[in-house]
Amino acid sequence: MNSNTVNAAIGFLSGLCLMVLIVINPAPAKALEVRKVTSPGGISAWLSEDHTIPLFAVRFSFKGGSAADPADKAGLAYFLSGMLDEGAGDMTSADFQKQVKQLNMRLSFSAEREAFSGSLQTLTVNRDAAFDMLRLALTSPRFDDAPLNRVRGQIALSLREDAKDPETIVGSRWMGLMFGDHPYARPIKGSADGLKAITGADMKDLVKRLFARDNLLISVVGDIDEATLKRLLDETFGTLPQKSNMPIIPVPSIKTDPQIAVIERDLPQSAIRFGHIGIKRDDPDFMNAYVMNHILGGGGFGSRLTDEVREKRGLSYSVYSTFYPLDQGGVFFGGAATVNERVSETIDVIREALNKMALDGPTAQELAEAKTYLTGSYALRFDNSRKIAGQLLGIQRQNLGIDYVVKRNDLVNAVTLEDVRNVAKRIISGDSLVITIVGKPKGVKSDGTSG
Amino acid sequence: MKDFADKLNQLKRSGISLKILLAACLTIAAANTAAALNVDVTHFKLDNGMQVVVIPDHRAPVVTNMVWYRVGAADEPVGKAGIAHFLEHLLFKGTDKLAPGEFSKIVRRNGGQDNAFTTHDFTAYYQRIAKDRLDLVMGLEADRMVNLRLTDNDITPEKAVVQEERRSRTDNDPSSLLSEQMSAALYIAHPYRKPVIGWMSDVKNLTREDAIAFYRKYYTPQNAILVVAGDVTVDEVRKLVGKHFAPLKNTADPGPRMRTPEPEPLAARRIKMIDDRAANPFVQRSYLTHNYGSAIAGRGHALEILSTILGSGPTSRLYRKLVVEQRQASFAGAWYDGDSLDNGTIGVYAAPSAGGSVAKVEAALDGVLAELVKGGITQEELDLAKSALIASTVYALDSQFQLAYLFGSALTTGKTVDDVLNWSKTIENITVDDVNAAAREAFAIKRSVTGVLLQKAETAGTAQN
Repeated sequence: MNSNTVNAAIGFLSGLCLMVLIVINPAPAKALEVRKVTSPGGISAWLSEDHTIPLFAVRFSFKGGSAADPADKAGLAYFLSGMLDEGAGDMTSADFQKQVKQLNMRLSFSAEREAFSGSLQTLTVNRDAAFDMLRLALTSPRFDDAPLNRVRGQIALSLREDAKDPETIVGSRWMGLMFGDHPYARPIKGSADGLKAITGADMKDLVKRLFARDNLLISVVGDIDEATLKRLLDETFGTLPQKSNMPIIPVPSIKTDPQIAVIERDLPQSAIRFGHIGIKRDDPDFMNAYVMNHILGGGGFGSRLTDEVREKRGLSYSVYSTFYPLDQGGVFFGGAATVNERVSETIDVIREALNKMALDGPTAQELAEAKTYLTGSYALRFDNSRKIAGQLLGIQRQNLGIDYVVKRNDLVNAVTLEDVRNVAKRIISGDSLVITIVGKPKGVKSDGTSG
Repeated sequence: MKDFADKLNQLKRSGISLKILLAACLTIAAANTAAALNVDVTHFKLDNGMQVVVIPDHRAPVVTNMVWYRVGAADEPVGKAGIAHFLEHLLFKGTDKLAPGEFSKIVRRNGGQDNAFTTHDFTAYYQRIAKDRLDLVMGLEADRMVNLRLTDNDITPEKAVVQEERRSRTDNDPSSLLSEQMSAALYIAHPYRKPVIGWMSDVKNLTREDAIAFYRKYYTPQNAILVVAGDVTVDEVRKLVGKHFAPLKNTADPGPRMRTPEPEPLAARRIKMIDDRAANPFVQRSYLTHNYGSAIAGRGHALEILSTILGSGPTSRLYRKLVVEQRQASFAGAWYDGDSLDNGTIGVYAAPSAGGSVAKVEAALDGVLAELVKGGITQEELDLAKSALIASTVYALDSQFQLAYLFGSALTTGKTVDDVLNWSKTIENITVDDVNAAAREAFAIKRSVTGVLLQKAETAGTAQN
């Protein structure tokens, strides 16, 4: 599960959630109070206070990620995520990293397709100093030549690794087929050529365009009070420019005709990616689709795909399906990995499971059980500071409203059998699959031109 | 820029989980987080010998329920490599009361998540679920502890699943294969030389009878530990344990854990693996050393500090020297694994920069080790490392799963609840001399195996990219 696609999908999955039947609802909302806090300078954050343990977690994101990279500098946002702890203000890379270490803080940044996000965890005792390191990283990163070239070398190594990794290849080829020359097709890490072309000036320019107050979302969870947070929001983010300046991502033309592409590699086991066009997060059918997919291939044991592919036939250790909704268009995909001799059988079983779902939908019992799982397990996403902060950030990013934590299980419970049957019919099709395979599959050949 | 380093860390002898790889990261986390935590932990023993640990955490209305068994891959009979892990998969099949696969379905229907993991030393099963379902999941665990029922229909597809798991994790990944080869070379006699998932040549011959025999020998209350963390009180747990586990009779006596001890190492070993699928050459080396149970008091803690100073993150010696100053390596670091029952390992790794050679980067790595052994560490390095390790114990408090893991893994590898509670106190007391003595002893080349992964043969004077 190394590919960016899958990581993004998992991030998306964890950004959503669950519900239950008519059974009790162990609503996390009971224990969780979230409020919107706005600083005197006008910076807002969602805050959930809990003073049990002397630490807290901050998650934040800026809208605009790798899909906004310049075409000839693919990987710029990802490269930036590796450079923000490599020196800022008067501090060199070594000074900065030593200070992070001395403060025992955990600071990380990551580039996604449509956002650039960060995570800060600190012990309360180092609260102000930790926020100050974040301020420095965001407002005055240095991009000195030595660390720039060092990180460039590390990314180059990682790109070479990806180029050999079956899971990464199968995912990036699949995205390539689905999105063609649209920026969504590009791996988040970019390309070797893009990496070579990127300069420190490019990064400074991106920082100016990306790190702005109008595309910033923040969530804070743990041992911090509202007054202190307000002060620190202004001190940390208050000097960022008001307006961002990121390109608008065009609407992609997503592939609709089926295809199989085999990427030959000398491996004992073939990695398989399958899928087709999906839906966006703001589609009125999204929750219906989410519940339907849980029954089809979400969440491991008990799904139809796991039963058919793994439990009954032992074809794959892992098999799953998921919706991957991006702002401008969504896809549906899944994956499996099986010994080369059984690839054809595995694909047949997957096609049949998808077609069956499209034709008949789930049973009433399957729907009822999906609801009890999805609602009952929602609370499990809220059992530590960092996870809660991540959930709250995801809800903000998807624009679901601050009361979503409370409402969410009701939304799941409102899904009817007719809803899931209709959405399966509308979206799922085992005959329309675009399939990529990395390995030496027996009896399966590419049938398109781009394999 | 940690992903490659993380991957190398995972090359450590690591556990296998049913659906996800937990142990690789958690072993590291565990080493770094056992704590003099400010944690409210209660433990007691049932009449049948089963141990119980309770860690209340009332921040969210959920619980983590774990049952740990003192058995792992290092306890397997000869020729049955992988049976501990295979049995872990099979525990999700039926019992006298449950149809195959029903276990996980019940857990899910109740909004819970479940999984399991196996290492050389333990096998553990867990559920994360709303607190009012603790009764339910404890009942399920008690049932499968003694009532497992396996048919040949369960065995055939599940064995295929385990073989696919091995292909995904190991056979499709040359760096995992190298790691497996290195463990087999580091341990000459001790069963830690086997991979937890088993050799394919053994796995394909495992039978239902093998699984049943292993289950009958090791799955019994006196060989098990229950760890419950989350929104629950000790009294509530006592009541539920009284209902579900206390009535269970012991069905076996596994006896003391006797593994062939590893003899003192006499000769350095080298493994060179050439695999066209390797994307980047690298070198890594493991040294056989003390674990946390060492007869030398605090030696495990000193080795933990040593590996932190040497190779944890961008401020560490290896990273500063090899990556930043000499620019020989893209990545470099170190690890210590002292959590196993019988032995510990300390290790180092480096991947050359583009165009650099593995031989050169290995020489540079040796230079850093020699300097450390000769000159020792500084007081400032010691203070920083201690501070980081102690802070990690506070972070651990934020995760009920991690806390439960800490106590379960400690109790299945020869340690006590107090060892966990006092971990940071012992860290606090380690001196510069303690760390230097540990370094002098640990980094003797005869105690090591060095592994090199290349895409094609590296000839003298030719740099391989």
